[in-house]
Amino acid sequence: MPLIIESKKQLNWPQKTHKLLTKKFTMSQNKSLSLSRRNFLKTSLLAGGGMLIGFNLLSACKPEAILPIDISNLNFNDFNAFIKISDEGYVTIFSPNPEIGQGVKTSMPMIIAEELDVAWEKVSVAQGFYDPKNYQRQVAGGSQSIRFGWDALRQTGATAKQMLVNAAAIQWGVEPNTCFASQGIITNATGDTLGYGEVVKVAANLEVPENINLKDPKDFKIIGHDITNVDIQKIITGDPLFGIDYSSEGMVYASVLRPPAFGNKLASFDDQITKSINGVTEVIKFGDKIAVLGSNTWAVMKGKKALVALWENDTKLESTDDHNFELIKILNGNKFETNREDGNVESAFKVADKIIERTYESPFLPHNCMEPMNFYANVTDKKVHLVGPIQTPAWTSGKIAKILNRKPEEIHLEMTRMGGGFGRRLYGDFAEEAAQISNIIKKPIQVIFSREDDMAAGTYRPAIKYRIKAAIKEGKLTAYHLKEAAINGNMYGLIANFFPAGCVPNYRVSTANYKSNITTGAWRAPFTNFLAFAEQSFFSEIATELDKDHPQLIIDLLQNVKGTTDERIQYSPERMEETINLVIKKSNWGKTPEGIYQGFSAYYSHNTHVAEVADVELKNGMPVVKKVTVAVDCGIVVNPLGAKNQVEGGVIDGIGHAMYGDLSFEKGIPQSVNFDKYRLIRMEETPEVKTYFVENNLSPTGLGEPGLPPAGGAVANAIYKATGNRLLKQPFINQLEISKSKLLG
Amino acid sequence: MPNYTLKINGKKITVNVDEDTPLLWVLRDELLMKGTKFGCGIAQCGACTVHVNNSAVRSCSLPISSISDESITTIEGLSENGTHPVQLAWKEIDVPQCGYCQAGQIMTASAFLKEKPLPTNDEIREAMHGNICRCASYNRIEKAVKLAAKNS
Repeated sequence: MPLIIESKKQLNWPQKTHKLLTKKFTMSQNKSLSLSRRNFLKTSLLAGGGMLIGFNLLSACKPEAILPIDISNLNFNDFNAFIKISDEGYVTIFSPNPEIGQGVKTSMPMIIAEELDVAWEKVSVAQGFYDPKNYQRQVAGGSQSIRFGWDALRQTGATAKQMLVNAAAIQWGVEPNTCFASQGIITNATGDTLGYGEVVKVAANLEVPENINLKDPKDFKIIGHDITNVDIQKIITGDPLFGIDYSSEGMVYASVLRPPAFGNKLASFDDQITKSINGVTEVIKFGDKIAVLGSNTWAVMKGKKALVALWENDTKLESTDDHNFELIKILNGNKFETNREDGNVESAFKVADKIIERTYESPFLPHNCMEPMNFYANVTDKKVHLVGPIQTPAWTSGKIAKILNRKPEEIHLEMTRMGGGFGRRLYGDFAEEAAQISNIIKKPIQVIFSREDDMAAGTYRPAIKYRIKAAIKEGKLTAYHLKEAAINGNMYGLIANFFPAGCVPNYRVSTANYKSNITTGAWRAPFTNFLAFAEQSFFSEIATELDKDHPQLIIDLLQNVKGTTDERIQYSPERMEETINLVIKKSNWGKTPEGIYQGFSAYYSHNTHVAEVADVELKNGMPVVKKVTVAVDCGIVVNPLGAKNQVEGGVIDGIGHAMYGDLSFEKGIPQSVNFDKYRLIRMEETPEVKTYFVENNLSPTGLGEPGLPPAGGAVANAIYKATGNRLLKQPFINQLEISKSKLLG
Repeated sequence: MPNYTLKINGKKITVNVDEDTPLLWVLRDELLMKGTKFGCGIAQCGACTVHVNNSAVRSCSLPISSISDESITTIEGLSENGTHPVQLAWKEIDVPQCGYCQAGQIMTASAFLKEKPLPTNDEIREAMHGNICRCASYNRIEKAVKLAAKNS
């Protein structure tokens, strides 16, 4: 007989059940993780039927986290992630992290659904909300979503399932441990069944149980299986999904003229012609920018082009030649900060049999998200409503509150799906512009960047030069010194502890930078996107010098760091070795037919180990990348279908930018601002990418970035085998065309 | 501003816009059909691809005044409910990452397959060369076009 339950206080707990519910279970997985679920999870009955489970994903990752509200009053806005279970047993998961194409809107709900144990067909996924009042961080970046979310998402799903089981046990008057749940159905010892939907009313009023058992990975039914992107139907039918697709009643469009050169400021402008254009309604100046407003995008873009503006020099107008000169000057000098130093590098070089030194050079890169930057803002006396594609809703909301002098709780930001991020949408300059303009004209507006605006007003991957020097003595690598000269910042904390740190007895990483007025920032796999190329090209040269096989040289070096007690070391030599062995096997390394030249590269970044082999052939004297074989250790692969997509994309992106990516400056002005001049990789230039995962049951790590860094090195090393040319500068195409013209005389 | 009567997805629609307005902005801003995407504005990336009399055309560079009684198909009108063989193949292969360029990719692929139902791999790669996918889902686009050809 089911119990009729009015409220928690009237619960008629069977004695043994109560004990069971409060008993401490040993967690089957990560024992070091001790979470108090009461601090991150709260349930509530929904007025329209069903149960809502709210949890704070990000604070759940920290054991000390406390919800910022009185948890007895559940408020939708106080959580950033939710599970809704309807009376019919349908499950809606509100995915909390911004979707930029990295697949978390699919993979994160998969983890919850797995532990909740529902059929994926009964699950739908909606984009979660962001509430600046209560949350500090909600970020898509650094390939960290899955890594940080893994334990919390599993705990949440499993806790919800246990509450439903407990509710069914109460209805049946039996002990919960005599019941089990699978695929949304709870079954007791006598074979009676109850669907999740049938017990939600009871479950919603139960205490949140502590110390939940997680599934053994061998029992996973959803994790590890191919699940199609949850937004696929909307994408293939053209439903509005992206920020640029948003519109509201009375919204006007805004096109903004910004200083054409870094170092310019606005002196004066004439908007007479602009104002005569059909559809243009207003022209306003804000700071050094001019916004043209009107009833359609075409009118405001035309209006912007018709503005006559005079600019004056505020700071120095820099050119690529200046940057090259300054960065080389830094590398030739001795003003460096040391990020890591082992042994005695100087004396190792003094006694070396041979010293190899190479300088690797990279240009600035724009992000070029396919969806140009855009944002909607409606600033009223009551609130600031913002809608758009942003990777950092909290940071951006905070900045806008400051700029407009508004209280943080007045800022309401809605995140949309993003037409690519690659790091560009970490910076909310476009959202700030939208808010500033709407604040002046007091109308809902949407700022839209043209492609030229997008490429010319970037936060670019900075130009960087690396100089690497190695000492060889008695056939061994005895010293390694990496110098970095970068614009506006240097590699962040941990990179100096990546390979080959710990493998070489005398080791030093030193950095220095040149301050430029060109805005720079994170770009997919920050710093390692180029460093990996430099490092793995250099190791290919060392291997040639030592007459060793490149992957074997890396494996040999990895032996030196096994069993290290140095906690700064970031990578796992065992996992890297296994990953390298997998790629050797799958790529037929060293056993390819005549005319196919292979290059190897391996790199650890964003907690994931990746090894790649590129197969190159020559066509009319130019190298063509035919195939890339990739081995990846990212722990448990949550969604193989999505994971392979990330790796395929990362590898081709890495090749494309190494081969063609080039943004130069002339007196502060970017020299290519649309796809007629700025070359992105296209279909005919793409190799086939074959991805293989190292199988293990370790916690998953991210995949949005790690596939990219090794790609450039693998291709460069293959091109060396094919042509005998060592590529030291990106983009490769410039060097290849020079050598081709020499070849053809 | 002049009136233009267009045939879009089988329906006649009249709009009042400047003669130089590209079809893209008529679709997006006047008709609030947001499926056709803005990428570059100079016909270099293919995000804005639509069909004009069954041919793939870059709508960002097609002034409204140059269209008369041609029949225009956008991603919203390619099929009922996303059931065109190309859309189904996109779904089966799980092509998209960010998804922004995919409407344009699908429109290019569907026009191409109509003209060439049994393409070779090289013909597919050539036909899709004009559409940029910044996430580089090119391997899957290639596979999906092959699958759609097989299934149509």
